[in-house]
Amino acid sequence: MWQESVNVLVYEWLKMPQGEKLSDALNFFIYDTVKILFLLTTIIYAVTLLRSYFSTEKVREYLSKKHEYTGNVLAALFGIITPFCSCSAIPLFLGFLQARIPLGVTFSYLISAPLNNEIAIAMLLTMFGWKVAALYIGFGLLVAIIGGIVIGRMGLEKEILIEVKPIEGEIHAENQVIAFKTRLSDAWDYTFDILRKIWLYILIGVGAGAFIHGYVPTEFITSIAGADNPFAVPLATLLGVPMYSNAAGVMPLIEVLTSKGMLMGTALSFMMAITALSLPEAMILKRIMSLKLIAIFFGTVTLGIMGVGYLFNAIL
Amino acid sequence: MKIEILGTGCAKCKALEEATKQAVALSGKFAQIEKVEDIMKIMEYNVISTPGLVIDGKVVSTGKLISVAEIVDLIKAH
Repeated sequence: MWQESVNVLVYEWLKMPQGEKLSDALNFFIYDTVKILFLLTTIIYAVTLLRSYFSTEKVREYLSKKHEYTGNVLAALFGIITPFCSCSAIPLFLGFLQARIPLGVTFSYLISAPLNNEIAIAMLLTMFGWKVAALYIGFGLLVAIIGGIVIGRMGLEKEILIEVKPIEGEIHAENQVIAFKTRLSDAWDYTFDILRKIWLYILIGVGAGAFIHGYVPTEFITSIAGADNPFAVPLATLLGVPMYSNAAGVMPLIEVLTSKGMLMGTALSFMMAITALSLPEAMILKRIMSLKLIAIFFGTVTLGIMGVGYLFNAIL
Repeated sequence: MKIEILGTGCAKCKALEEATKQAVALSGKFAQIEKVEDIMKIMEYNVISTPGLVIDGKVVSTGKLISVAEIVDLIKAH
């Protein structure tokens, strides 16, 4: 229905000839941006509202009573439903250790939380549908669980630069009572705030996507990101790291690239690298961790993400 | 009354500090406002999601930027 409205606008009202590259690109651009913005608003709003019921303090209380392995799995799962901002990575990290949560479990959370941020999930659902979103979340959890266990086994506690005094006795988080009406309006404020930050990236991303859609030949993309190139996965992962926080702008590009022959595993690696590995977060963590620990953290996650890409490309 | 804003320097923490200043002015009460950036002090309050708001040593909000009106309510409820 929406496609027909855009057709009328572009081909009849603007009188642009159908079947020409420029008018098709414009059609695609208008169709995509409005669809994306509408769905994004809805999904981010729903996710934010749901998350207002889970506080990080509560998660900490719960995890402090769990052992390793179970803890790794639960920490990764909590990463999906709790809000996370890389700006509060330090208090969170130290707070977990303070509550005697093992280092590996803490890392499982620290890998899963940014990977499953609301923008990435909303963009995935919007552009690729629930199947790809579920695959992304599922493999993301796997990377977080295994990554956390591996780091936990390495005995790296001495690589933390700040001495953490464990809290004595039981950990207890205060219940914050929030009225449902307040939750609704808070979630809306937050959603609006996010949209204000990312709308331009989406426009640029979709614009570039429309350009590729209309002008770049499929053979070109297949030769770089398709099955012919065995290094597509590591290349995509490394390219993803500096693109942090631009998930909103990059996802529309990936959608077009996959429709033109980029393999889904390569696309998944690219998306995960964008969200999970961020240089600003590494800079923040440098205040409390040795470079060695940060390197091991990033290295483990990178290997995990590449593994997901290759595995997926091999299965499909 | 002493109000503390816990935050390691993120954008939301600065915004909360501004909102708190306005709220104190609106509430008509006398309060000392202090920004706590030292991570060890923040940890002592058991706050792990910043920004946090503390009134006379009691944590009243964590992990989000609350509005001026909400802070006024918290000050009055105290």
